Amino acid sequence: MSRLANAFQTNQTNLIPYLVAGYPSVEATIDLIHLLAEEGVTAIELGVPFSDPVADGPIIQLAAEKALSNGITLSDVFAIAQTVRDQGNTIPLILFSYYNPLLSYGLEKVAIDAEKAGFSGFIVPDLPYEESDLLRTQLEQVSLDLIPLVAPTSEERVAKIAATAKGFVYCVSSLGTTGVRQSFASNLDSFLQQVRSSSRVPIAVGFGVSTASQVQELRTKADGVIVGSALVKQVTEMEQALCKEDEKQVALNTIRGFVKKLLS
Amino acid sequence: MTKSSSRFGAFGGRFVPETLMNAVLELEQGFESILNDPTFEKEMRDLLVNYSGRPTPLTFAKRLTEFAGGAEIYLKREDLNHTGAHKINNTIGQALLAKKMGKRKLIAETGAGQHGVASATIAALLGMECKVYMGEEDVRRQAQNVFRMELLGAEVVPVTSGSRTLKDATNEAMRAWVAAVEDSFYLIGSAVGPHPYPQMVKYFQRVIGDEARAQMIEQTGSLPTDVVACVGGGSNAIGMFTAFVEDSAVKIHGVEAAGKGLDTNEHAASLSLGRPGVLHGSFSYILHDENGQIIPAHSISAGLDYPGVGPEHAHLKEIGRVRYTAVTDEQAMEAVKLLCRLEGIIPAIESAHALSEAVRLASQGSVAEKILVCLSGRGDKDMGTIREYFQGESE
Repeated sequence: MSRLANAFQTNQTNLIPYLVAGYPSVEATIDLIHLLAEEGVTAIELGVPFSDPVADGPIIQLAAEKALSNGITLSDVFAIAQTVRDQGNTIPLILFSYYNPLLSYGLEKVAIDAEKAGFSGFIVPDLPYEESDLLRTQLEQVSLDLIPLVAPTSEERVAKIAATAKGFVYCVSSLGTTGVRQSFASNLDSFLQQVRSSSRVPIAVGFGVSTASQVQELRTKADGVIVGSALVKQVTEMEQALCKEDEKQVALNTIRGFVKKLLS
Repeated sequence: MTKSSSRFGAFGGRFVPETLMNAVLELEQGFESILNDPTFEKEMRDLLVNYSGRPTPLTFAKRLTEFAGGAEIYLKREDLNHTGAHKINNTIGQALLAKKMGKRKLIAETGAGQHGVASATIAALLGMECKVYMGEEDVRRQAQNVFRMELLGAEVVPVTSGSRTLKDATNEAMRAWVAAVEDSFYLIGSAVGPHPYPQMVKYFQRVIGDEARAQMIEQTGSLPTDVVACVGGGSNAIGMFTAFVEDSAVKIHGVEAAGKGLDTNEHAASLSLGRPGVLHGSFSYILHDENGQIIPAHSISAGLDYPGVGPEHAHLKEIGRVRYTAVTDEQAMEAVKLLCRLEGIIPAIESAHALSEAVRLASQGSVAEKILVCLSGRGDKDMGTIREYFQGESE
């Protein structure tokens, strides 16, 4: 069983937080991964910053821009993962990246290096099913999961996408980009049921999940709940403090409080 | 199974979020349904002829030819279209398709504002809503075009992300499409984007080359020896080239923006200096660093200031059918001046890139040779830039 599948079986929090790797710094990302693991999350998505993130809303865009201006590359993201592994942390890590940085790195090399660094799977938001063969083949060579996305607009596509899914199926809660929002697609329940019935792997729901009550509600409908922008927003508010040795602990505690609240 | 191919050799494809996939597939079906639809064809022809003023003329540039001192230079006058450029050909086609598909809201991106103006124009004509995404930097530089779009009833949304230019406006238009995919039509302005856009934009723009080819034969008795067009995203170029690709004796030249020079970091020459990658939904030549991060382009001409290019151009380069070269800001501005003084035509700075290369080719050619240039747009929109440039030069 893959590390991810195992995590879904054994972990009860059902929470999958997302971080922009290298934001506000490499060290802060490592601290945040440890913090999230301590709080018992199911897995962590590490976002590779990209210059043109078309699926992301303003909060993640801005964080990615800042990470890029710090010079963060895919190699740095692998180094972050390697470091937390070396420090004994076994939390499942998922690489979230747009396709072009992966292509530039080389698909074969990216699969091998991601596996070495301890990643369990990939999410590529601009790589639809029809274009995914090349990457899937490389990931299969190293037994990593290519986690597909399905959207409320996917309709009859859900069955074929879910059938080949590995790890879990990422269900997009609503139309639009990532970001904090008040409500989800009106057909969310039936959409999740549709995905559930076509999928042999767990299903997780994300995009716009930002409050504890939303997490609570969605946990009853899916095996996992992904929280991205809302967490990155917390990090942004603590951006300065996270990078200062004497203020770091207070900042981490604030973020820990937010995560605890999500899990309450 | 679908009829139109999503690839040009290795290039093209559709690299879009899953949320958009059904919309892109629906668009492909819509596009294929009009390919052999005489009613659609008739409606489109009617607007191209009676609204935009097609066919556009083919002008023999006599004094420019004498200046170059070699081959004859002919201008395909897309500048004489309604709204001042070839962009309207595509917006007429796509907006009619949107209407046929029952979508009443248009989303468009724009750099300098030409595609935005053409979209706003056709939206007004067909009674549709139109939202144009434009980089904040371009909104500032092209205030007059912003006013034109608003006057035509469109909403202009300034984009503040990234480099605040066309690349970012395209990102934001795609995001807006994701959010409103159920009732909105994304009207892409160039031969870029996910399949079927590159095929579709070519289909709506190929009228340029089809007309020009017939006009060359009618006016000069033969095909041109060379065909030249500027390439940003590459819509006027693919529209011009398509008619000549099978004419193996005709040499085809695509001219990118070399900006401040190909030896600097400030250019927009994706084909000359880029390498393959994925941007805005397709696999093509793009400007990106070794980590796959997109590098902002530079050109004095806002319409060429884009770090990617349509996938069919990548294919035509790869198979060697088209020669791609690049012309600097300085060379293009020199060509602007030449055409003004010698022919009484103020060209768009985009088109001046093609003119510059055409003059160079003509000066090396023999009098028996004929060079056809796509004069893709007029320079009215560029008055501010041109004035600023020449003032700066004389100081």
